[in-house]
Amino acid sequence: MEIKVCGPGCASCEKAQKTVEAAIAAKQIQATLTKVTDFQEIAQLGIFSTPAVVVNGEVKCVGRVPKQSEVEEWLS
Amino acid sequence: MKKIQTLATDCESGSRTTDVKKSSGVTRPNMTKAILIGLLGFALWYIIYKQLEPFSYFFAYSIVGLEKGSHLGEAIQFFVYDTPKVMMLLTLIVFVIGMIRSFFTQERTRKYLAGKRETAGNVMAALLGIVTPFCSCSAVPLFLGFVQAGVPLGVTFSFLIAAPMVNEIAVVLLYGLLGWKVAALYLFTGIMIAIISGWIIGRFKLEHWIEDWVQAMRASEAIVVEEELTWADRIGRGREAVRDIVGKVWIYVVAGIGVGAAIHGYVPEAFMASIMGKDAWWSVPAAVVVGIPMYSNAAGIVPVVEALLGKGAALGTVLAFMMSVIALSLPEMVILRKVLKPKLIAVFIAVVGTGILFTGFLFNQII
Repeated sequence: MEIKVCGPGCASCEKAQKTVEAAIAAKQIQATLTKVTDFQEIAQLGIFSTPAVVVNGEVKCVGRVPKQSEVEEWLS
Repeated sequence: MKKIQTLATDCESGSRTTDVKKSSGVTRPNMTKAILIGLLGFALWYIIYKQLEPFSYFFAYSIVGLEKGSHLGEAIQFFVYDTPKVMMLLTLIVFVIGMIRSFFTQERTRKYLAGKRETAGNVMAALLGIVTPFCSCSAVPLFLGFVQAGVPLGVTFSFLIAAPMVNEIAVVLLYGLLGWKVAALYLFTGIMIAIISGWIIGRFKLEHWIEDWVQAMRASEAIVVEEELTWADRIGRGREAVRDIVGKVWIYVVAGIGVGAAIHGYVPEAFMASIMGKDAWWSVPAAVVVGIPMYSNAAGIVPVVEALLGKGAALGTVLAFMMSVIALSLPEMVILRKVLKPKLIAVFIAVVGTGILFTGFLFNQII
């Protein structure tokens, strides 16, 4: 599974990253987690508010920190 | 890009159907319950709030036994009254705004503004800037999104100026500490500066001063993930906002009130009149210049503002200082540099700075 967390590195983006990490650990799945911090790259994904979470190329949430339960649902 | 777009919409419609089922059965009784609890909570909040002032006198002069009118007594009474007062106001407002914000996502704001002409667009952008969730580090993605959606540059700037400057926390704190007139003045002039500055920047036609890679993006499409929220979700958002914002700013508020208390108790009544009074015309530009490198959120600056005003500083000068601190911040400029050429940032600072100067002089004149 391929997961991307997009955000320039502010407090909420850090929180989103941690939440996704925790969800991966809880679900005990194999996943590659990449952090996208470059604005240009983020914009090219079609994302214009951060933080955003992308799972297997599908944008799951934009502009807010997701709850861990939500992320776990996306991962299953 | 197109493929992602369809995937996103598929998933969106999928979640919508499940949510509709939920809302018809479960949320109605929940909503009544939520309103009841809300009213009860507010009544309790109000009763405690009303006791704060008598308690602070009781604390400073009876429990600690300080002399009435003494420097230390006044400073301590001020601190014991203002700290819980500001914290309670802050908690209430952040909660309510957190709930309101769940109705205004950046995606919706962007879509709405994309169809607007200038002038009317500037007004709408300034107003939406107040209620749309925004933090200075998402300024760049937000800017990109606006450009990409075809929102005119001037309208975008109205939003970018209003969002930090007209801060709901500042409005409430000004209301709580200085009365509704000062709060209304701040709200009104803040919105006007955002509208007019954005309009002027729009007139200059400075689109070529946006970085080139941003220009190239105009044609691409944005992904929108709409969510259906229940009332329970919105209350949850309010609670999250309180945990987030109040948890982060309380230390600034307490420190700000501490400084305020010291000024309140120890600085002589007319001390500020000579430096920041009406007669010192140069104090307005000085206040703006000093405010730029200072970076504080509205919550921390308002108690200082209250103390300065109490000691004879002129309202216009103090408002100019406050607006400069929150609207023209150096860190935000550094972030915006990634999408704007330096010339455009200079224009931005000049136009907004002039607006703030004008406000400062105006209020020193008429009040």
